[in-house]
Order: sequence, then C-alpha cells, then structure tokens
Amino acid sequence: MPRLVGDFEVRELALVGVYFIAILGLDVLTGFSGQVSLGHGAFMAIGGYTTAILTVDHGVRDLWTIPLAGVIAGIAGLLVGLPALRLSGLYLALVTFGIAVSFPQLLKKFQGFTGGTTGKILNLLKAPFGLHTTPNRWLYYLTWGIALVLLATAWLLTRGRIGRALRAIRDSEIAAASSGVSLAAYKTLAFGISAFYAGVAGSLLALATAYVNPDTFPILLSVYLVVGLVVGGLGSQIWLVAGAAFVYYLQNHADAVARGANGALPFLHLSPTRPGVPSVIFGVVLIGVMLLLPSGAGGLVRRALGLLTRRE
Amino acid sequence: MILVAFTWSELAQQVVTGLRNGGIYASLALALVLIYRSTRVINFAQGELATFTTFVAWSLMNHGLGFWAAFPLVLAIAFLGGAAIERVVIRPVENASALTIVIVTLGLALLLNGLMNVIWGGGEKQFRGPFSTRTIQLGGVAISIQDIGVVAVSVAIVVLLGLFFRFTKLGLALRAAALNPASSRLVGVRVGWMLALGWGLAAVLGAVAGMMIAPIVFLDPNMMQTVLLYAFVAAALGGLDSPVGAVVGGLALGLLITLLGRYVGFVGETLKLPAALLVILLLLLVRPAGLFGRLAVRRV
Repeated sequence: MPRLVGDFEVRELALVGVYFIAILGLDVLTGFSGQVSLGHGAFMAIGGYTTAILTVDHGVRDLWTIPLAGVIAGIAGLLVGLPALRLSGLYLALVTFGIAVSFPQLLKKFQGFTGGTTGKILNLLKAPFGLHTTPNRWLYYLTWGIALVLLATAWLLTRGRIGRALRAIRDSEIAAASSGVSLAAYKTLAFGISAFYAGVAGSLLALATAYVNPDTFPILLSVYLVVGLVVGGLGSQIWLVAGAAFVYYLQNHADAVARGANGALPFLHLSPTRPGVPSVIFGVVLIGVMLLLPSGAGGLVRRALGLLTRRE
Repeated sequence: MILVAFTWSELAQQVVTGLRNGGIYASLALALVLIYRSTRVINFAQGELATFTTFVAWSLMNHGLGFWAAFPLVLAIAFLGGAAIERVVIRPVENASALTIVIVTLGLALLLNGLMNVIWGGGEKQFRGPFSTRTIQLGGVAISIQDIGVVAVSVAIVVLLGLFFRFTKLGLALRAAALNPASSRLVGVRVGWMLALGWGLAAVLGAVAGMMIAPIVFLDPNMMQTVLLYAFVAAALGGLDSPVGAVVGGLALGLLITLLGRYVGFVGETLKLPAALLVILLLLLVRPAGLFGRLAVRRV
C-alpha cells in the first residue's frame, strides 16, 4: 500500500491507523461491555505525554515508550473504572466527559512536569536498524503493525471467556451477576484494556506529530472517537477501520467534500475555505450517515452478508 | 489550600454572582432534563441551539427591535425550530440505539456551530441586554441590576414551566408520554407530537438562557459550550430525570464554582472546572442517580 501513494498520503494512512487503535479499544468498553466513555481522549493524552516525557526528559528510546504508554494509560483506566462501577449509562458518559474536559486544565496546571501550554517537542521519528525509509513510511509500518497485533488481541479477548462475560454484562447486569460473572472485575478490566489501547494510540500520535501540548489532545478528540465507533459499528472490530477513516478524513478534508458538492450540484456555491463550512459539512455528513446506517458500517456489512448467505 | 483574604460583603457578592451563573446553568440543565425525560438522550446540540437563537435575537435587535419586542418573537422561533429539528432529524432514528441518537445531536451541534460561523462570522459581538449594569447597594453589598434580572427571569421561566406541567392538560400529556408511551397512546395522547413539543420547549429554555448570558459574556458561536458543560454537570448533580434537581443542581453548581475559584487558592481560575467535577463525582459515588433522581429498579 505505501508504495502506491505519496509520502503525505502514507502519513495520513498512518494517522487513520492511530484512530483505529483507539477506537478498537473503545469498542471493547462500549461495544462489548456496554459502558459509554466520552473521555478516552484523556487516556490518549496520558499515553502521548508518557512518551513525550520519557523520550525528552529521560532519553528513553521512542519505541520502548509505546508499550509503557499503554500500561500507564491502562492503569489510569483501571483507576477510572473503579468509580465507574457505581455509575451507569449516561451518568458514566457525563463523568468521563468531565475527565476529558478537565484533563487539559490539569496539564496546564502541572506545567513543570508537562510543559504547560507550550508542551514538549519530541525528536523526529527515525527508522531503526538503518532501514532506508522515510519517517512517514516507518510511521505507517509501525502504526499498522501495532494495529494488526492489537486487532488480533482484541479479537481473541472478546471471543473467549472475557468477551462472553462482557457481553453478558452489557445485555443484563443482573442476569450476568446471577450467573456468577463478577461485575466489578470485568467492568474495570474492560476500562483498563480500552485505556491501554488509547494510551498506545496517544503515544503513536505524539510520535507522529513530534510535539505534544494540551491542544494535541483536544476535548473533541474524545467525542470523535465515539463518533468513529458508532459510524464503524459497535462490536464490529475490523470494520471500525471505516469509522477511523471517516473521522480522520472528514476532519481534515471537509474542503474536498465541499468541492465535490459544488461539482455535483451546480447551483451550490460553497466556499471550502470559509470558516464554518467544514463544520457544516461534517455535521451534515454525520447526520446523513447516522440516518442511513444507524448500526454503522459493521451493521451494513453484517446485513449484506446476511442477504448473501440466506437460504431461500 | 490557602484561604484568600475574606470579608463578609465580598462573600455576599460572590454568592450573588454564583447564583446568577447558576440560574443560567439551571435553565439549560432544565432543557437537557426535558429532553432526557422524553427521549432518554442527552442533547449535545442544546448549547448551539441556544446560541443560534441568541444570534437571531441579535439580528432582530440590529433591525431596530427592542429587547422585549424581540424576546417573544425569538421564543416562538426557538419553539418552532426545536420542534422542526425533532421531526426532521431525530424522528428517523427514534428506534435506533441511544448512542446513535446522541451522535446525531452531536452532528447537529457541529452543523449549527458551522452555520453560525457562516452566517454571522466568528467575531465576538456586543449584545445589549434588557437590564442595566448599574449596581445598587443592599446592606453594604453592591449588586448589579442585571444580576437580579437574570435570576428573576430564570426563576420566572422555571415557575411557569412547572405550572404548565402541573396544571395543564397538555403538560399532563407530555409527562404521560415521557413516562409510559405505550399506555399514553392507548388513552389517545399523540406521543410523536409530544416529543416534538418537548424539543420545542427545550429550545425555548435554551433561548432564554442564551439571551440572559449574552450580555454578560460576548456573543460568539462558541458562547454556550462551557455553559452546556456546566448544564450537563448540573443535570447529573440533580438527577437527570428530575426538573427540580436540574434547578437545584444548577444553582448549587454556580455557587460551588464561584466560591471554589475565589476562596481556595490552589484551585484558582484554571482548576475551577476540574474541582467542581471532582466534588460532583464524589457526590455521584454516594448517590449514583444524583440528588433528586430515582434509581431505576428493574424487575428480572
């Protein structure tokens, strides 16, 4: 794939991979255990800052910080998962959203540690072992390599005992508890796993942008992750790629959609650069997709497969 | 935890400021609760909807209308707009999962925010409120007329709404439709229209909140985003399905944030929001359904 397109497009594909990893993790939490989190951007920020602080201030090799970022974010996830046990549904969504909103403020407050509003500048990503490849290509291989491993892990986790327990909790907590599923253990575990994924994604995002500050992980990031998850389809794992691509490209290429709309509808004169227009397009496309595909891309695929394999 | 220099008259002033902000949070929180009760969904577009209608008010006033002439007109526009949105974009996903509906409201928020930027531009605009900013002395405490007015209008709206729900047939039908759609349908309540009515009323509440806060801050497309956040918190604090809770939650939150920011040195301006959220998280741990909310008891 990276051989076919230019360097910049390779970078974009890598960033789609970053979103994919985060959304995949969120799917374990929301799609399988049924807990909605609007705060996963904060776990990405924890991962990103772990990488930044370790590489810049302590001289750790960038590759080693990726799993560490995941582990630290994962621990944070377990800690958030504990109070989350008491809360259900929208209360949990609101509390996690509160975490997403407060986190940038905390980063600014503890500036000696995090670099405050200016943030931290990382070294540019370089391919190891003297591989002859551009930083963006290396980023691509790295991101999608990790993404595939994590996809396989998520698949294995959710189709076995853990997945069964999580689905049971999602469908009925009372029934799950009376069948001997420990709600506390599994719900917290789901939080930890999904935060681990977000941490890894945040670490990769920090390496990709070579720069972290509170705006690298804006409040909207958490919201976009949920949007990607719903557009991809809850519980549909590999099809979440569609959600990741949707969120990334619509955020960064709404102008292309504007030009396309101008071409298709001659009476329309959208100026793609006018402030507000990208946001209008994102909103319209998002509402349109939700009206047409209320169960996401994964739901569409399932329906199509169902039609093909149906016996008359 | 350093306490800043303290005087009683300043405390009184901070309390008034806190209650004023709280009144605004309460109006928007009430709008959220109204929609939550009928659709079991948090409406992320509530803030942008409020800002949008405030911009409409601003345009009307620029065309020579006075505030109190524009006020009912804007409320009518907000009502129709809110109801129309329910009919056009929420209706088709009514039976989808709650998360899908939430995402639709999110799309709506983005769309409205973009539209405001396109129509009115992104700059801050001065919004002339109905109340003078002159202060009057009350027992050594300087209170601005604007603050009193904002609190009075918020309280009046809440009382009116309460009376509407309690004493009119339509209000009863609205409550019935939210509580038990199937049985309401059986006794002849048109549940679909009740939902649209709920959205319309919520939009009206948002419009009031927007027009009350615009003279205090400046009017710009992102004006209500923080307010919406506080309204979320206020609604969760009071219990998502309790209107009384939304009002109490809004006022309590306004007070809490103002006093924390002023008197706890470590919190200051930057940590106001996180600190308030922490308090509320602790409270939710003790009462998971908020102060006035009822925990759903499920039959197995």
